[in-house]
Amino acid sequence: MEAFINMVLLTMMAASVVALVRMRNLFAVVILFSVYSFLMASVLVVLDAPDVAMTEAAVGSGVSTVLFLAALYLTKTEEAQPRHSPLLPMFVAVVVGAALVYGTYDMPPFGAADTPVNTHVGAQYPGRTPAEIDIPNVVSAVLASYRGFDTLGEVLVVFTAAIGVLLLLRRNKRRPGDASEEAGPDRAGMED
Amino acid sequence: MRLDVVLRVVVKLLLPFILVFGFFVQFHGEISPGGGFQAGVIVGAGLILYAIMFGLDLAMRVVSVRAVEKLVCLGVLLYMGTGFAGMLLGGNFLDYNVLSYDPIKGQHLGIILIELGVLFTVAGTMVAIFYAFAGREK
Amino acid sequence: MNGLVSSILEHYNQWVTIFLMVAGLYVVVARGNMVKKLVGLSVFQTSVYLLYISPGKILGGTAPILIDDPNAVYSNPLPHVLILTAIVVGLATIALGLGLVVRINEVYGTVEEDEIFERSDDE
Repeated sequence: MEAFINMVLLTMMAASVVALVRMRNLFAVVILFSVYSFLMASVLVVLDAPDVAMTEAAVGSGVSTVLFLAALYLTKTEEAQPRHSPLLPMFVAVVVGAALVYGTYDMPPFGAADTPVNTHVGAQYPGRTPAEIDIPNVVSAVLASYRGFDTLGEVLVVFTAAIGVLLLLRRNKRRPGDASEEAGPDRAGMED
Repeated sequence: MRLDVVLRVVVKLLLPFILVFGFFVQFHGEISPGGGFQAGVIVGAGLILYAIMFGLDLAMRVVSVRAVEKLVCLGVLLYMGTGFAGMLLGGNFLDYNVLSYDPIKGQHLGIILIELGVLFTVAGTMVAIFYAFAGREK
Repeated sequence: MNGLVSSILEHYNQWVTIFLMVAGLYVVVARGNMVKKLVGLSVFQTSVYLLYISPGKILGGTAPILIDDPNAVYSNPLPHVLILTAIVVGLATIALGLGLVVRINEVYGTVEEDEIFERSDDE
């Protein structure tokens, strides 16, 4: 039953991506991407990853849709007809896909417990957590304690991205006492 | 603007619950699914929803741009500060065992501090990015 | 025939992952609109979530939140941790890309790659 629900949801995801690739109205593309993200969150629940599903539901179909819509408001919503033939990219995509599908025949089957992924370090965490950290949610334990340094790196990446976006987009016009908003120092360099 | 009265009322009703759910996900994250990343995104999404419905100016009066930027930095400082606290108390970087008299208690304290740092950074980043996009006019 | 059905059942997750990945790659390479390219990039990113999470799933297992049953089988928590952080980082990088797109639109007046190349050739 688990595997069946999983397959149905994955098929729906693939269908929404086909529609997403073909569409030219960017507004529709962004909304379809939101639908796709929500399907992804459902698949992640079926795959026993409620933590990840919660994040994907909030990020994929919530915040990232808002950001895409904001960017569309600032640009335009219709995609131009491409001038190059799509044959070469299609060829590259099909060749890469065929090579990867050929590779899957050596991969272990879905849902097996005795695969290399599930027998080494990942499988030890549920056993070690009660004695060493003593919290029920193993994902939190691994995230914050066993792999705390890793998470520090991720937090720093998020921090850096925030600084990057602020440097690119912020105007200091909302400060009191700063009347000359158009001649701000960050615009002068970009437009000549 | 008056046509969206249903949306406004519903958002006003839902907003406290969204924020409370965000903090529940944060502080119950050791027991049920959740943690700093999820809670940060949910709290950030709640504030963004408020900004969309009631306008950027009102939202910036609730949470100012400077407060958001300080929040982003505060999260990273709290995270790294917890790491260095472990070093000062005689352990390694990000070693929580030495934070308390009991290694297990130390782990719990360390995880709570770390997740708080993640919450601050992620929620602040979401809101800061949204302010940056919404503050530009066409 | 039986072999085909069983191989579909065993590899369906991997094949859909590959399809999503390739579709994202195609959008990034073939389309000139930069917002569409970023949507394609997001599809590629989300396919990686599936690539990591589906090998960690154990059929009949439960989510890695410890329960009182000593015979419980838990799915692998390690991929969950890696992807949990990757989602938020992915959003941050997409936001940075959208910020660049908005600035490009302000300077060139368009977000289509071909038109921008024409502009730069004229100068």
